[in-house]
Amino acid sequence: MNVILILIPVSLVFAGSFLAAFIWSVRTGQFEDTDTPAMRILAEEDRPTTAAPLCDNETGIDHEH
Amino acid sequence: MQATAGIHSIINAGQTARFGDLAVVCFHCGTPGGTRSTGHDTANTLDEKWFCCAGCRTVFELLSEHGLNRFYALTERNGQPVGVAAGADRYTFLDSPEVRARFVHYSDDTSTRVTFRVPALHCVACVWLLENLFRLKPGIGPSTVAFVRKEVTVGFDPRVIRLAEVATLLESLGYPPDLNLADLERPSNPISRRLWLQVAVAGFAFGNTMLFSLPAYFGLGSRLDTFSGPEFKAMFGWLSLALSIPVVVFSAADYWRSCLFSLRQRRMSIEVPIAAGIAALWLQSAWEVGFGRGAGYFDSLAGLLFFLLCGRIFQQKTFDRISFDRDYRSFFPLSVLRMTAYGEERVAIDRLGIGERIRIRNGELIPADATLITDAAMIDYSFVTGESEPVPRAAGDRLYAGGRQVGGTIELAITKPVSQSHLISLWDRDAFRKPKGDAFDTLTHRYSRRFTWIILGIALAAAAFWAVRAPEKAVKSFTSVLIVACPCALALAAPFTLGTGQRVLGRQGIFLRNSGVIETLARINTVVFDKTGTLTLPKAGEMVFQGEPLDSRERRAIHEIARQSTHPLSRRLAALLQGDTDTRFAGGFVAGFREHPGCGIEGTSDGVAVRIGSRAWLAASGIELTPGGDGTGSLWIALDGRFRGGFVLTSPLRPEVEDLVRNLGRSRRVELLSGDNERERERFAAVFGGTGHLQFHQSPADKLNHIRRLQAEGHRVMMVGDGLNDAGALQQGDVGVAVIEEAGAFSPASDVIIEASRLPQLAALLSFSISAVRVVRLSFVVSTLYNVAGLAIAASGNLAPVVCAILMPLSSASVVAVACGATHWCGRRSFRAGSGRIFATSDNPIPAKTTPREGKPT
Repeated sequence: MNVILILIPVSLVFAGSFLAAFIWSVRTGQFEDTDTPAMRILAEEDRPTTAAPLCDNETGIDHEH
Repeated sequence: MQATAGIHSIINAGQTARFGDLAVVCFHCGTPGGTRSTGHDTANTLDEKWFCCAGCRTVFELLSEHGLNRFYALTERNGQPVGVAAGADRYTFLDSPEVRARFVHYSDDTSTRVTFRVPALHCVACVWLLENLFRLKPGIGPSTVAFVRKEVTVGFDPRVIRLAEVATLLESLGYPPDLNLADLERPSNPISRRLWLQVAVAGFAFGNTMLFSLPAYFGLGSRLDTFSGPEFKAMFGWLSLALSIPVVVFSAADYWRSCLFSLRQRRMSIEVPIAAGIAALWLQSAWEVGFGRGAGYFDSLAGLLFFLLCGRIFQQKTFDRISFDRDYRSFFPLSVLRMTAYGEERVAIDRLGIGERIRIRNGELIPADATLITDAAMIDYSFVTGESEPVPRAAGDRLYAGGRQVGGTIELAITKPVSQSHLISLWDRDAFRKPKGDAFDTLTHRYSRRFTWIILGIALAAAAFWAVRAPEKAVKSFTSVLIVACPCALALAAPFTLGTGQRVLGRQGIFLRNSGVIETLARINTVVFDKTGTLTLPKAGEMVFQGEPLDSRERRAIHEIARQSTHPLSRRLAALLQGDTDTRFAGGFVAGFREHPGCGIEGTSDGVAVRIGSRAWLAASGIELTPGGDGTGSLWIALDGRFRGGFVLTSPLRPEVEDLVRNLGRSRRVELLSGDNERERERFAAVFGGTGHLQFHQSPADKLNHIRRLQAEGHRVMMVGDGLNDAGALQQGDVGVAVIEEAGAFSPASDVIIEASRLPQLAALLSFSISAVRVVRLSFVVSTLYNVAGLAIAASGNLAPVVCAILMPLSSASVVAVACGATHWCGRRSFRAGSGRIFATSDNPIPAKTTPREGKPT
């Protein structure tokens, strides 16, 4: 059962790293605008330089905002 | 013009659809421009694509040139109509240092960051285009869009491009920045980063401490010897203690502070028993761990704070697009055209000095008190005074800030600086200085005041009892009572109920400044309405002909004459007659047209001699008048020298207003305060059931004083208004309700902002608030029941950590469930009429059939 002596610190470090990640995300302002990133991803270009043929789906984005 | 193969395929796809119905629409913005068969203006055609204006075409060319054609793939014909490009000097005032400093939030030699509000922002393609600004002009760096706030933050190199050029670029793309002053001082992020971090720390500690406590709870200690060794027990205890320190120091910091504040003020608040509970929990646990007496209650401690802080986050719901704290500055333009010896220039309005001359165009606001220099002006003061009709002014007359010029361009000489204008002096009154409401006077605090003394009494009694019977149990029973009684559930009841209420209302198009407003709403017993723009539609109304009926030839003649004049009332009359005049005969010959400024117009069309103007002028021209009516906004008609009657302005009531007033009137006093004249006294007397509660000719200061008087008589007043003229009264009222035409439109500072189409729901809002407060009380009862059960155990001195660990989250969870569930249920019941139309827009007004229940406070 002495393995618990290793597992406990490991689990604490593990959980602590999640906490640190959360703190980092709050500090960098990721909780301040949660809507725009969701829209931005729709508009991202696959290959910026070539204008790929576009299917109808891409124009079917909800415009009613 | 280079268009790549890919672009052609999109364009063709768009055109096949259009050839079918032969309609021509602007390729950029989708404005229809006639059909192919009937022909259309072909001046702005490019590669088979038609544009409604040069602006749209320019945007298309600009985007194609820079490889930004993807815009048209993301959104088909959904760009912003651009129209005529504004003068290049429109934004030059932005480059003056003091104005610049207001917008720019970071600047050094090589880079500057600036945030503009862009109301036109509406879809994915807009986001994409605005974030690709850097491709359009050298010197522009990365830009970021905040969609919900409708803001774009642009970085640029000040050595290459000026701020004014950035603003001009945005405008030329169809996204003119909205430069009103008040938006510049935006509040910081409402749910502060600190609160998120506090929750994170508490949650982290909560989860881990719970794990350390489980072996003890499940009695693993007694069965698994190796695992239960005292060294493990001690290790878990010390680890929990370590984890609890950041919780107590950082996460609980606000509770310590509030508790100290209340004690210093000698007033009991909910934070006092919470802080006492936290302190008792921690000290008792630390003592147990330190002396090897047990595992302590660290998991309960961290859990308690985690739940409390979650409640705080939930309570701090705000609406991004809506600002409740606008003051006069947001209504004024940022800049104005100043006339100098060298010509015109744009200056920031707060740099205007006395005696300087400015030029105001049609539809612009007068920024400061001034004297009219031009011969005549028509000023619409509806926003300032509530009068619904524009008033004529002649050279030399005094004009007040906040008026809007209707008609041509006028010149003014400033007589007072912007900050000392008549209207703005209203903002210096006390009503705007004192913060509203008393932080201690909430349901929770009133309840907890009694609660806290009772708990302290029980704790002391238990300690005294055990001190006599078994002294070793005295301290334990004292702390146990404080621990169990820690009013976590009590502290959660109001935030969750009112926070849920605020969300329910938000979905109904009713936005609250904060969730605490619901408590005040529940106590309202007097409702005061403004008239213009609140009960009536804001566009000063329809004209109705009163008098001897006109035949179609006469109507046509009147239309022809009215068309000749640019006077706003003539234009309105022409527009009215346009509809019912057969346009095939329009454009007839007009002879002898003359305009008499301030009096009327005359002329002959189709053999009919028409005179349109004021009664006085008609009488002076020797026409015999028939009695009845005066109204400055009316146009009186004489045909062939005979008086025929007049076109009278009426402002149509908003739909459902009569039902609303009747519903509210059943249990509350309802009044009308109007800045307008008494023309419509009878009409409103019918709606309000008598003239007793109607007041006309009320200045903004009168309105404020009237509310104050009502309050002095013991009424709790809700003021419902829309314009600057109501701003003082909105602020003075216990609750100020601002009516807006569409979400995000300007509104004066207020506690509640309601979309105009939702106005009929006002009665439902009040009854819902009453139910919500009832839910809070119910939650108090639930939480008290838990406390009684817990106290029975605690006072006996036998509080086991596992009981504490179960009781606390259980009581919190059940209170939260009761609060949220019951509030949703009340919301559904109160707004049954509006449910299912959550996404109705303002141009699709809700035919809200009020249910019989809504009027009565249930």
